[in-house]
Amino acid sequence: MLSFVAQRVVKGVIVLLAIIVLNFFLIRLAPGDPAVVMAGEAGASDQVFVKQLREKFGLDKPLPEQLFIYVKGIATLDLGFSFRQQAPVSKLILERLPATLLLTLTAFAISLALGVLFGTFAARFAGTFLDTAITIFALIFYAMPIFWVALMGILLFSVTVDWLPSFGYETVGANLTGLAHVVDVARHLIMPAMTLGLFFMATYTRMTRASMLEVKRLDFVKTARAKGLSDAVIQRRHVLRNALLPVVTLAGVHAGTLIGGAVITETVFAWPGIGRLMYDALLQRDYNLLLGVFVTCSVMVLIFNLITDLVYRLVDPRIEFAA
Amino acid sequence: MLKSPSGVAGLVILLLAVSVAVFGPLLFPNSPWRMVQRPFLPPFTLSTVPLGTDALGRDVFAGMIFGARVSLLVGLVSTLVALVVGVPIGAMAGYFGGKVDDALMRFTEFFQTIPSFALAIVLVAILQPSIYSIVASIAVVSWPPVARLVRGEVLSLRTREYVQAAVVTGQSNTWIILREILPNALSPVIVLASLMVATAILLESSLSFLGLGDPNLISWGYMVGAGRTVIRQAWWITVFPGVAILISVLGLNLIGEGLNDALNPRLSREGR
Repeated sequence: MLSFVAQRVVKGVIVLLAIIVLNFFLIRLAPGDPAVVMAGEAGASDQVFVKQLREKFGLDKPLPEQLFIYVKGIATLDLGFSFRQQAPVSKLILERLPATLLLTLTAFAISLALGVLFGTFAARFAGTFLDTAITIFALIFYAMPIFWVALMGILLFSVTVDWLPSFGYETVGANLTGLAHVVDVARHLIMPAMTLGLFFMATYTRMTRASMLEVKRLDFVKTARAKGLSDAVIQRRHVLRNALLPVVTLAGVHAGTLIGGAVITETVFAWPGIGRLMYDALLQRDYNLLLGVFVTCSVMVLIFNLITDLVYRLVDPRIEFAA
Repeated sequence: MLKSPSGVAGLVILLLAVSVAVFGPLLFPNSPWRMVQRPFLPPFTLSTVPLGTDALGRDVFAGMIFGARVSLLVGLVSTLVALVVGVPIGAMAGYFGGKVDDALMRFTEFFQTIPSFALAIVLVAILQPSIYSIVASIAVVSWPPVARLVRGEVLSLRTREYVQAAVVTGQSNTWIILREILPNALSPVIVLASLMVATAILLESSLSFLGLGDPNLISWGYMVGAGRTVIRQAWWITVFPGVAILISVLGLNLIGEGLNDALNPRLSREGR
């Protein structure tokens, strides 16, 4: 198990290095001389200042050396400086990271729990009205763009009936503490998390349903039935456990999509996470910050993939850790 | 395909969307950028402006018709570009195996690990928003599944007898891949492609929503994004274009499912 984890971590680090190199070249693809752009962002663009910037960031050195400086910087968590926000990029990202983690993990948990639940129901009552209804809803949710779901949510729950707040992380100026604060954040969290989770819920519903119907036909289920096990036990212990494997794989594949969805959800709901930060960087053409968020997103996906790999091996005892 | 009700429904929706995109602008020559009425005219009040106007008095209905062109075109072209990139990579990896396979698959996995929407945002922002940069970035983030699928197919077809026969008769590798193997690997690729068009439409609308659309072309995502700030006064500006996206994507997904059931029942459990 340990060697497996070590192997995967090494692989992840290699991918991360490749992403950093890609990032390095993307920055240089951005229009304009980086030093001039930075000077412009800082609000002064006389020749001396541009020259100073060039020296400070090593832009006067040959490209391989620049790459080395860049990689070294990221290794020490230095993602550059955002002149627009007048702060180091890594500081800005670290401040915003908890909100994004709260949002994405909540959305993920909701979507997985409800998706597996609905998928199991649909498979259990395959061919009935319930199955058709769940399937149709899943199809529709699967086709809705996240930004539109977010706006329809606001229209429904904030404008038409004033049940939920339409933006932010907490009530501004309320200065709540303790339980009242938790409730306040939870009230702000419901709509963004549901919005982000809806698409994935639809995916997991479809996947669980298809997968359960397939496992149901297998021989070991017949054996279990022949042994006289109750239907509930067969469904839970034999069918569902095996049917969940492709769902876990899918969850890993979707990590990147989840983070992409968070960018949109956070933008619409003014949720103070790194997705919103990315949108702000986009509006201001703050390339340092934009690419810093991009690297952070990639790292999150790598970690999430590692976790799903581990979970996969826990759920499916047939796979050994040595692999 | 025509036997499954969902496939037929999808086909009807797609035909409708395509005819709107192709003929709509001919029947409604009004520019979607022109002011035709007072701003915030509610829908269903004037027959000339059936879906009302936006914050600048522009015709929402005209925007939806012209937007269909952009959405479908970007969806189709970016999928084609992704196929042009993904099919050869997958075919070479599957056919030559060994080190070529290893190298190409590591490359593909790398692109699959990068969060796709975040990369698309970064690419469009850096290349400057235009219809070309949008198509290019959607293609860049969507080719890896194609390569993996084609590789798998080619890998299993390569050992078939008719391929061996072609090798024995001394055909070149290119000829064997293009004439013997790829035609037989086509059906799962077609299924995947129809689903990719749907995803590409969603991606394009999301980019446009964030303000990364082509500034000269109206698109559904842009309309929703523009209506966002006035959603409390004018719900119709955001609701209708969103419904258009929903219906097109739904139609393409249904077609994908219908094709899947018809062409290869094997793929249906793999999902995406």
